[in-house]
Amino acid sequence: MEARRRRGHGIFSGGIAWSDLHPGTVAAVVFLLAWPSFTSDFFTFQIGAYSLILGTIALSLMLLAGYGGMVSLAQLTVAGITAYLVAILGDNSVGVMGLGWPWWLTVPAAILAGAVLGALIGAISVRTEGIYTIMITLAIAVVSFFFVRQNYVLFNGWTGFAGVEPPTLFGIYWRDPVPFYYLSLLVAGGFFCAVAYVSRSTFGLGLQAIRDNPRRMRALGFDVALHRIFAFFLAGLIAATAGVLLVWFNGRVSPGTMGVEASIDILVIAVVGGLRHPIGPFLGAVGFVLLENFAIDLIDRERFNTVIGLVFLLVVLFSPDGLLGLWNRIRPRLRFDRNARPVAGRATMDAAGQPASARQSTS
Amino acid sequence: MTATDALSRLQGAGRHALELEAVSRYFGALVALADINFTLGAGERRAVLGSNGAGKTTLFNAISGDFPPTTGRVRLFGEDVTDLPVHERIRRGLRRTYQISLLFGGLRVIDSIYLACRGVSRRRFSLRRARRDDEAIHAAETLVGAVNLEAVQGDLVSTLSHGQQRQLEIALALAGAPRLALLDEPAAGLSPSERSDLVEILRSLPRHMSFIIIEHDMDVALRVADNVTMMHNGRIFKEGTPTEIEGDSEVQELYLGHGRG
Ligand SMILES: Nc1ncnc2c1ncn2[C@@H]1O[C@H](COP(=O)(O)OP(=O)(O)O)[C@@H](O)[C@H]1O
Ligand SMILES: [Mg+2]
Repeated sequence: MEARRRRGHGIFSGGIAWSDLHPGTVAAVVFLLAWPSFTSDFFTFQIGAYSLILGTIALSLMLLAGYGGMVSLAQLTVAGITAYLVAILGDNSVGVMGLGWPWWLTVPAAILAGAVLGALIGAISVRTEGIYTIMITLAIAVVSFFFVRQNYVLFNGWTGFAGVEPPTLFGIYWRDPVPFYYLSLLVAGGFFCAVAYVSRSTFGLGLQAIRDNPRRMRALGFDVALHRIFAFFLAGLIAATAGVLLVWFNGRVSPGTMGVEASIDILVIAVVGGLRHPIGPFLGAVGFVLLENFAIDLIDRERFNTVIGLVFLLVVLFSPDGLLGLWNRIRPRLRFDRNARPVAGRATMDAAGQPASARQSTS
Repeated sequence: MTATDALSRLQGAGRHALELEAVSRYFGALVALADINFTLGAGERRAVLGSNGAGKTTLFNAISGDFPPTTGRVRLFGEDVTDLPVHERIRRGLRRTYQISLLFGGLRVIDSIYLACRGVSRRRFSLRRARRDDEAIHAAETLVGAVNLEAVQGDLVSTLSHGQQRQLEIALALAGAPRLALLDEPAAGLSPSERSDLVEILRSLPRHMSFIIIEHDMDVALRVADNVTMMHNGRIFKEGTPTEIEGDSEVQELYLGHGRG
């Protein structure tokens, strides 16, 4: 795909080029749409919908880390706070808060607040680079966790909230497995397409350029800090929307929803899946959810984190680009793939570039 | 004070592209720039010469804001920009290249130049893809041709040869109709034919545009510059026309005689 894009003639296309649609993509879409019709409720809801939700939260991290070079451990914090807001502004069964706003007010308000929180976290951390961004966002995640756990007036402390439900709309109860799966698929698919599209927009290209060289971007007239904060806002929007689905999925929200362990899981999902393309986080999420549900059958519950840790280590060691990178490496060897094109293209282009003498002359 | 400022701005407008007033830059105990006073007229092209470590790149960093001066003032087109961040100076018409290429390895050539054209316009945050008829795209395509990178415009920057990366550096600095460009050894590492292409590009720039070029190659420097500034040990050591500088015995001794590399 990369080779194809680099050679492509339509450098900037205004919309989505249908000719770019790979048969594999069509097959994947059909498969995802048909999924509930040939699986049980368990696979539709616990595996399917949950993977889509976790994948969407990890997608928000992919946007920041893959395109922006900023690894944030606070994306689940954004989703978690949004989940809390749904319980606080709307209804819950605990008898604390629950302002009883209608869903069409609760949901947009919670998502907007989540996105603003994302931007705020961005504003705090964008002046740092690399490991320091991780440290600051980790600190924010930890502080938020303890804050919601100790605050009883607003967040109901340890217990959190239960009885948080999606509305019944068009005569459909949206927490039923099949409708909820399609709702999650709509959100995940929508954000997936949006991120893929935006990656080639002026903002998206700028974000990737900042990742590669922030100093040069300043020298082109870009306000690097503002660009990064806007990326955090968009990522916050994605994570917050997934947070609404998360609280509907669980029916409840508690400090553990946004605990540090869970935050690290999101990082593992995104990195294992691959940060170079928006599909990566979803691959990672499916793998994670399958392991979480079925590794239990093979090993003790306490060993689960060891398994996840080992998988993480193996993928990072052998395929820095995650499962996605693994797939890209295997693909050229599969004969039936019509796009299989080994990396030889790059070598010939180099050779066709400049004569060696040009490179060696010095002042 | 403000009245004098306004007056000097009025007088400066249209006359000076750049004024440095008692600019110094320290790195710890090291004095990289010492009390530099420097004026560049609008439309003037200046070559800055000096041996390695003379402070030429530091001078550029002080002007662009990459490493602001420790003391002193910088005025761009009559406006005091000493306290402005880099991107604000760029938006006022300044551009620069870097001695060691600073590029976007993961982007394609044409996208890099497109961003350079967008950087000084509005819509930097646009979430839409540019359309074929976008004026920034036209500008990018013209520029990619001007620096002879058409053949590789769809390639990733990281796959370019050294010479091609130097050409891209120049394209980035010429994007978006700059009024003053700082060119830090743009010809270093170019082949003879690429050098003459570079000279052609610089000579064909609109006459109202000023630039300062740091260049070791006297042939390149003297063919594009109206005036020459010699630097030594963080100080300006001599200023004059190319002929004056070439004929100056002190210059001969200090610079041309040895330490050209
Ligand atoms: N960022 C920096 N930190 C410390 N010292 C620096 C830095 N930049 C330049 N210098 C020092 O300042 C002096 C001038 O450097 P420079 O401006 O790069 O010289 P030139 O470009 O004329 O070769 C040198 O002694 C160099 O080591
Ligand atoms: Mg230098």
